[in-house]
Amino acid sequence: MAPASSRMRDVFLASVLARMKTDRRLFFLSADFGSPVLDVVARDYPDRFINVGIAEQNLINVATGLALEGFVVVAYAIAPFLSMRCYEQIRVNLGILSQVRPLNVNMVGVGAGLSYDVSGPTHQALEDLSIMRTLPNVEVLSPADGASAGAIAEYCLEHSGPKYVRLDGKPLASLYETGAAVNVEMGFHEWRRGTDVCLVATGYMVHTALKAAQILEAENLSVGVVDMFALSKYKASELSDVLGHYQTVITIEEGFVGKGGLDACLNEALGARGGQRVHALGLPSRYSFRVGDRDEMLRDSGLGEVSIAAKARECLRR
Amino acid sequence: MVHPNLSTEKHLLLRKKADWVWTETLRIHARSPETRVASSLSPIEMLVCLYYGGLLAFDPRNPRWEARDRLIISKGHGSICMYPILADLGYFAMSELERVCKLDSFLGGIPDPVIPGYETVNGSLGHGPGVACGMAVALKRKQSRNKVFVMVGDGELDEGAVWEAIMFAGHHRLDNLVMLVDSNAKCMLGHSREIMNVFPLEPKFEAFGWLTMTVDGHDIPAVYAALAECAASGPAQPRVLIANTVKGRGVPSLERDPLCHIRTLGQQEIAELIGGGCGPRV
Repeated sequence: MAPASSRMRDVFLASVLARMKTDRRLFFLSADFGSPVLDVVARDYPDRFINVGIAEQNLINVATGLALEGFVVVAYAIAPFLSMRCYEQIRVNLGILSQVRPLNVNMVGVGAGLSYDVSGPTHQALEDLSIMRTLPNVEVLSPADGASAGAIAEYCLEHSGPKYVRLDGKPLASLYETGAAVNVEMGFHEWRRGTDVCLVATGYMVHTALKAAQILEAENLSVGVVDMFALSKYKASELSDVLGHYQTVITIEEGFVGKGGLDACLNEALGARGGQRVHALGLPSRYSFRVGDRDEMLRDSGLGEVSIAAKARECLRR
Repeated sequence: MVHPNLSTEKHLLLRKKADWVWTETLRIHARSPETRVASSLSPIEMLVCLYYGGLLAFDPRNPRWEARDRLIISKGHGSICMYPILADLGYFAMSELERVCKLDSFLGGIPDPVIPGYETVNGSLGHGPGVACGMAVALKRKQSRNKVFVMVGDGELDEGAVWEAIMFAGHHRLDNLVMLVDSNAKCMLGHSREIMNVFPLEPKFEAFGWLTMTVDGHDIPAVYAALAECAASGPAQPRVLIANTVKGRGVPSLERDPLCHIRTLGQQEIAELIGGGCGPRV
């Protein structure tokens, strides 16, 4: 039974900690970013934990060296810095190198979307899904709650290859009963099946999509909701089957819209089907210096449940 | 200082190999003018001492042999001289040298890890030292006695990621890590001192906790002795060998040209160099 809410990072790191007891190949690197669970990792496994300091480029390079020698590495940092400060290190040493030499490096970034709301644009991750999806050989994973973050942790430690995992910075309500309900290899989970419109969301926006679906249901509209937690490697034909009967699909992401993130992912997946409309919702292509509450900022950009429901109605009227 | 293990015979063998590698590197460049020849001529003696001097553990029949020493050529494009060495040692057929940069050859203008004997992706500068740090930590955790060598150019030291790695290695006292600086003092567009003066190197490395040695990078006895000292057990510090070298060594037109990095030699000049008694012989 899942708790009412949890931090993704705590669940993810608890899985890593449990595995460190039994798997001597597991090595944890942090770029001076912590958590209570990580304190235990550092205390109990000092020979397999290094804080590399505020040095994300070196984080990735050291992770690569360890992985080439057979270690399974978790590289942990704040999401925008992990995905952008060291992008070329990721491209060269993980994207390119992993194509010819097996390595298992799991980049775990905390601070999805606007979750570090009051910290401003430097600390918000609105480009990460797009730029990570661009890299061949790098899997992109974006859980929506603690249980799915835990399932993704288990998947990462079991499966070779470089991965980018985008975790929320705030505690979120639980959606999945347990991690067992999350089929990571499938890449998505169908929360609701409808007939009129389907809302496909990732991360925190899955919560908002479910609220929007409730609003629409009260109006006797039949709405589907899909949690897309894998944005580069997913079962495309199964996704296509799930979404195939909807005339309209609306993608919802806490990232810049039309830049290669979830919307592009769905366009790829559904590209072969004629006549289906994909509407993309996300943040406009500009940085915000507004200090304040995440939900308020999302509502401002049309990403609250009321706006999303309105968009769905508008699509259905066409 | 001459190392006690470097006999006259061994010295002569290393010199002969270095001369042969120099000639083969020019021959490759004659067939494949896309290769960076000037920066591939400066590190020859260091690589020859490592591979032929008994200072590096390797197995050409098993390039990923667990008990090998790791060598990362971070200044990838300046290592075309590795191709004849690796072919000579049996990593791949000598005939492959005829096909460098040709369609479907695995030997490109910048070496990739599809080449037996290469560990990582090279040529995008500044990555090797950090990856070498990760390998050095890993070997320590695995209780391995093997070393990690990483070759960089002095121009490459402009990259900030290199200094993140230098700081890391010093902090973690990675005494199984040896950085080789091919300090030919030229970047792509001229003299390093004028573009971005990273010199002097010794006090910078020392400040970060490294054991520092400086040699004439073309003086085989000196290079051999310094490499042997780097590889020996000693203080719990990473080691750096700063090899003062000449970019385009043995090719007068390259040696005097600040832009030699991007220069291509003509067929006639190469023929005269190879046949005319020019060369790096000391």
